[in-house]
Amino acid sequence: MHGGKHAAANRRRVLSRDSALAAALFILPAAVMLLVFVVYPIGSTFLRSLYDATGSRFVGLGNYLQIFQRSRTLIALRNNVIWVIVVPIIVSSIGLVLAVLSDRLRWRSAFRLTIFLPLVVSGVAAGVTFRFVYTNNPDVGLLNAVIREAVHVVRPPGPYPGAVPSTPDLFVQHEESSALRTADPIEAGETVAIGIVRLRPDLIPDEAQPASPPEPSAGEIAGVVWFDFARGGEGTRGAVDPGQRGLPGMRVQLVREGRVVETTESDPRGRFSFAGVEAGPHHVLLPERNFREPYAGLYWLGPTLIIASLICAYIWMQTGFALVIIGAGLSGINRDYLDSARVEGANEWQVMTRVTVPLLRQALMVVIVTTTISVLKIFDLVIVVAPESVQAEATVLALEMWRASFGGARDFGLGSALAILLFLLIVPAMAFNVRRFRLED
Amino acid sequence: MNDTSKSLGRSISRRLKSAPVSAILLIIGGVWLIPNIGLFFQSLRTPAAISESGWWTAILDFGSLSLDPYRNLLASPIIVRSIWNTFAITIPSTVLVVLISAFAGYALGCMRFRGRDAIFLGVVALLVVPVQVALIPIAQLYNRLGIFGSLAGLILFHVGFGLPFGVFLLRNMYSTIPRALFEAAKVDGAGHGRIFFTMALPLVSPSIASLSIFQFVWVWNNLLAALVFTRQSSAPLTVAIQQQMRNFGSNVDIIAPAAFLLLLVPMLIFLAFQRFFVEGMTGGSVK
Repeated sequence: MHGGKHAAANRRRVLSRDSALAAALFILPAAVMLLVFVVYPIGSTFLRSLYDATGSRFVGLGNYLQIFQRSRTLIALRNNVIWVIVVPIIVSSIGLVLAVLSDRLRWRSAFRLTIFLPLVVSGVAAGVTFRFVYTNNPDVGLLNAVIREAVHVVRPPGPYPGAVPSTPDLFVQHEESSALRTADPIEAGETVAIGIVRLRPDLIPDEAQPASPPEPSAGEIAGVVWFDFARGGEGTRGAVDPGQRGLPGMRVQLVREGRVVETTESDPRGRFSFAGVEAGPHHVLLPERNFREPYAGLYWLGPTLIIASLICAYIWMQTGFALVIIGAGLSGINRDYLDSARVEGANEWQVMTRVTVPLLRQALMVVIVTTTISVLKIFDLVIVVAPESVQAEATVLALEMWRASFGGARDFGLGSALAILLFLLIVPAMAFNVRRFRLED
Repeated sequence: MNDTSKSLGRSISRRLKSAPVSAILLIIGGVWLIPNIGLFFQSLRTPAAISESGWWTAILDFGSLSLDPYRNLLASPIIVRSIWNTFAITIPSTVLVVLISAFAGYALGCMRFRGRDAIFLGVVALLVVPVQVALIPIAQLYNRLGIFGSLAGLILFHVGFGLPFGVFLLRNMYSTIPRALFEAAKVDGAGHGRIFFTMALPLVSPSIASLSIFQFVWVWNNLLAALVFTRQSSAPLTVAIQQQMRNFGSNVDIIAPAAFLLLLVPMLIFLAFQRFFVEGMTGGSVK
């Protein structure tokens, strides 16, 4: 045994000795490539960042000052800060929740596969995909179409958007809501004729019949609401001319002393009436809901929403990564910990926050650090999803670096400074990785 | 009987409890799938249909779909060229990264020499270096060498930036091989060349599969480096699509099918080699 130990030590020395040259040969190709394409450029770019656009004049830190003076690069910096603060937290939280929820799912692998899929989708393809999702017109863009359906359940669109009275001096129309009220008070026994114009003809329902003027009768306020439009400008404004159609389904309210006392709807001839009206002044009101415009859609690709839209698209792409890592971490956890916590009376939320999350700390850190790095470098999605007109608002450092250097300006000084800034922002993540692996080895 | 009813009751109660969870996850899964389904439908519709109605209207009207957009796409020489370029860039850079990483990973994982751990930590540090720091010097280098705009230039750039992950992933796999195996072979007189090819390489083949898939997908999807280092004649599909984006509305008949092709290849690879993909990802981050 003693001899064996000696021989083993000898063998190791033999192994070490002839390894030096062999190791160099094995490593050489990788070393050359890494030195030429990664290491040397870091130094070269740093030096270049100290010179002006053409590289002829030394400007010291001038290019770095430029970053903090130009509005475009400042916006880029601000946006990168927003991304870094918001995205890693959201991505890792969603990843954690989905990993825990899907853990006991019977179709777990199918579910996870669905979330993983966008991981292999390029920023370009995802960008095109989301251009379609974010299209403004709710007839065309998926997101606005979904929102429109929801909004219309709560606030159904009116049957007659855009309508105005044909005799504006007889009515008061609310500027914003378009609600329409008679200007002068009406008493029981009187009638009111509400001519409507500026209506898209296709908005008039098929059931509409030729309008008929209301008959006055005692104790009643009656009226007609009709489309007061005649081809070629013939006919009298404010009077029901032959052939003009009533507007059915118009909601009409009777107002007394500022309060709605009765509500009715016009019939196919546009007629409506309120019976048993007390003496005294009344108003007839066509409320706002008659004229409510259909939901027009949000401008997801407009300057105010573009960053949120980009972030949502990115979350769609990146959540799969969080799910892979956290899911793997979760399957490495001994279930007995969770079960004993449950046995001791912890509810699911406590199990999650007090047991699961601490046990997943390493996986969560990996997700947060990796996502932070990837978010700092974000480029494809921004250049593809953000239309040119809002790119100044949506821009990020990586995009400005490309624009400054290769997008026409050819300012390699500013471009280099932006690249180095990006690099410096990533150095903490680099240190995190190196420390983790030094500890492990 | 009492026993079965008890376990049945328990399983029912568990299923009831998980029913809302299942429903929520079903909806979330739908949300995750729908954007890509939308792109697929759009890629089969006419530009007029795309600008007038939502793609979901085509679900009830399959007759409105046709392969014409793809026929038109493949009739465009620029696009066809860019598809070939994509393959011509992706395949060599994948092969080179795998090859070079296989050698370097072996040295770092299986050999003993001074400075080994320092070199490995250096590789770990390089893992996250942003490509931005290399764009300007390498562009200038290529200009001096006269290879700016060539496929070779872009391929070499992708190899350089693919290597840290490749070396890292394979080294971790190599280092799990028991040392005794090599020492025995060594005693039998095998050199590192023979050990590498006959023993080490076969043992790390799952990681080589992972690395190949990653590198392929990464290069296939890349826009930035291609945008900087290629010309019209050497541009890959990502660049071709990006250049059409300026007039999204009028070029949508090219953009939608091109984007779907761009998405389809990595997705098929992912579906075919899912296991390697997930293993590579977890191996690359949580050891």
